[in-house]
Amino acid sequence: MTAGQLPRWADYILMPAINVAAAFIVSGLVVLLIGENPIEAVKVLVWGSLGWNEGIGFTLFYATNFIFTGLAVAIAFHAGLFNIGGEGQAYLGGLGVALACLALDRYVPWWVTLPFAVAGAAAFGAAWAFIPAVLQAKRGSHVVITTIMFNFIAASLMVYLLVNVMSKPGSMQPETRTFEDGGRLPLLQDVLPFTDFGSAPVNFSFLLALAACLFVWVLVWRTRLGYEIRTFGANQTAAVYAGISPVRITVVTMLISGGLAGMMAINEIMGSQHRLLIEFVSGYGFVGIAVALMGRAHPVGIVFAAILFGMLYQGGAELAFEMPAITRDMIVVIQGLVILFAGALEHMFRPALLRVFGVLSAPAGTPA
Amino acid sequence: MKRFILGVAAAAFLSGTALAQEFQPAVVYDLGGKFDKSFNEAAYTGAEKFKADTGIEYRDFEIQNDSQREQALRNFARRGANPVVAIGFSHANALEKVAKEFPDTKFAIVDMVVDLPNVRSILFKEHEGSYIVGKLAAMASKTGKVGFVGGMDIPLIRKFACGYKQGVKETNSDAEIFENMTGSTGAAWNDPVKGGELAKSQIDKGADVIYHAAGGTGLGVLQTAADSGALGIGVDSNQNGVHPGKVLTSMLKRVDVAVETAFKDAKDGNWTSGFYTLGLAEGGVDWALDEHNKPLISDEMKAAVDQARADIVSGKIAVHDYMATEDCPY
Repeated sequence: MTAGQLPRWADYILMPAINVAAAFIVSGLVVLLIGENPIEAVKVLVWGSLGWNEGIGFTLFYATNFIFTGLAVAIAFHAGLFNIGGEGQAYLGGLGVALACLALDRYVPWWVTLPFAVAGAAAFGAAWAFIPAVLQAKRGSHVVITTIMFNFIAASLMVYLLVNVMSKPGSMQPETRTFEDGGRLPLLQDVLPFTDFGSAPVNFSFLLALAACLFVWVLVWRTRLGYEIRTFGANQTAAVYAGISPVRITVVTMLISGGLAGMMAINEIMGSQHRLLIEFVSGYGFVGIAVALMGRAHPVGIVFAAILFGMLYQGGAELAFEMPAITRDMIVVIQGLVILFAGALEHMFRPALLRVFGVLSAPAGTPA
Repeated sequence: MKRFILGVAAAAFLSGTALAQEFQPAVVYDLGGKFDKSFNEAAYTGAEKFKADTGIEYRDFEIQNDSQREQALRNFARRGANPVVAIGFSHANALEKVAKEFPDTKFAIVDMVVDLPNVRSILFKEHEGSYIVGKLAAMASKTGKVGFVGGMDIPLIRKFACGYKQGVKETNSDAEIFENMTGSTGAAWNDPVKGGELAKSQIDKGADVIYHAAGGTGLGVLQTAADSGALGIGVDSNQNGVHPGKVLTSMLKRVDVAVETAFKDAKDGNWTSGFYTLGLAEGGVDWALDEHNKPLISDEMKAAVDQARADIVSGKIAVHDYMATEDCPY
């Protein structure tokens, strides 16, 4: 351990835990301010998200979305790119999933449709990241700006398609027809024996999300491309000097990032809603940024951060349900505090923690 | 003895839940949230009125994302809420699933049809109300040019626009109508600045009466109209008082009445399931006339809309429903 560094376990587990605890304490004060009992609120939140089978199911369902969007942001981080376009890429990914499902659902079982849906989601998501990537690589237009703009274009394009092209005739709902069985993923409880998640929509894509984590880990830390990505992210000048093409790395990383974001649509569209509908992404792409920050852009960290945000989503809904004084806007405040402490104020507790570890490790070196 | 105590405890527990379940209506709002100053808030108003009249508490829930629709409906049904009213057509798929799971719970849905024996589906003929305000707009306009600002570009809002255009054209066939939708995402319901800009551009082109069907965005439309000396037309709730004397009228969509009636019917044992299409004849849509806009509505205008209203009710005037054909001939 060099000076100024924490042991890995403290960096990856203790720091986030302290940040989350701080966020909860501040949230508790807010809950107290509006006249509710914060202890009771925490109980409802934890019970609602982890205390019963359906709650766990919903937590994992949301976590699945966050794992995909979190991984998407994380891989871009490794190349020093900030992909804010997860929202739009996931939206377009939904189009890819829906096209595969609409074409195949009546003829083949789900496991035949799935590879096409995955390919569609990844291809459409990646395609949506391609233009910002090329603009960044060749023209230096910052991806933060272009990907945000592409979110809006995605929204407009999808509304156009859903209202004018793909909607069911005679329906006012801007959505496609509902997929038949061939376009529906089985629920997780039907895939894994001895599990029961009640009527929660958690489905096969959760396993897909875990597989994606493994894929990202192997890619980033065990392949040549991953090494190039990390080198490029650490020092662009050095990377160029070492013969790594910045254009290629920028474009390839953004394509992978967009593809992962697009895969989120598998969970929502093929796993839960069974139809393409308007605005199904509803912010999961943006929360992915927080998940990636909190998970230190490492797949394992992202899984935990995704589950935490899944808990906030599911437990938050239960909280709004059980305590009418806590509205959904309050839930957003709590989520915002978690993001603030975990992301923005990350270094607030670090110096103190370093001192604590410095004191603790000093006597260990000298014989007692 | 032990068994007896257990029995008493169980009885107490059961009666406790029975009491809690006695009568507990619930309402699930759409993504706009209950204080959207428009559609969802109308539902809230209706529920609040029921609470004030009967002293019975109700429960409500504002969803945050699409996955919560089903969850919220099921949670209410599971905890014994009855009836459960879902606000907004987007709840249809979720409601269909949940209503089948809880056949003894009464459900209602606004703006959509769910064909199940325990569901009351409440629809509104927004095109009829829009026709009426279109007529008023055409008569009030001095330039012969009127405007429409919609929220999100979806069939439902085109239905408002189409009824309005028919009303304008059948009153003054030379009238020019400027139609703008604010946007293509949910944000279009809550963008008063852009609403104001659209209204401004229509006014610059000569429009002097502007109707909005745009939720929170519409407040910007009404503001700009009032500031520029044009007249606005409100929607869903009575918005005449937002800028007294500057709002020609409001197209009322009585979601509040629908919610209150659903609660009341369930309480009094008068519940009926099935389809209700509430138009002018049923008092489901209407135009607002109160002290704020009285000076703006001449006797001639009032007579004309009363006549049109009677003609629509009798079937002499058929107002085109955009949703029936997916296009607007006007």
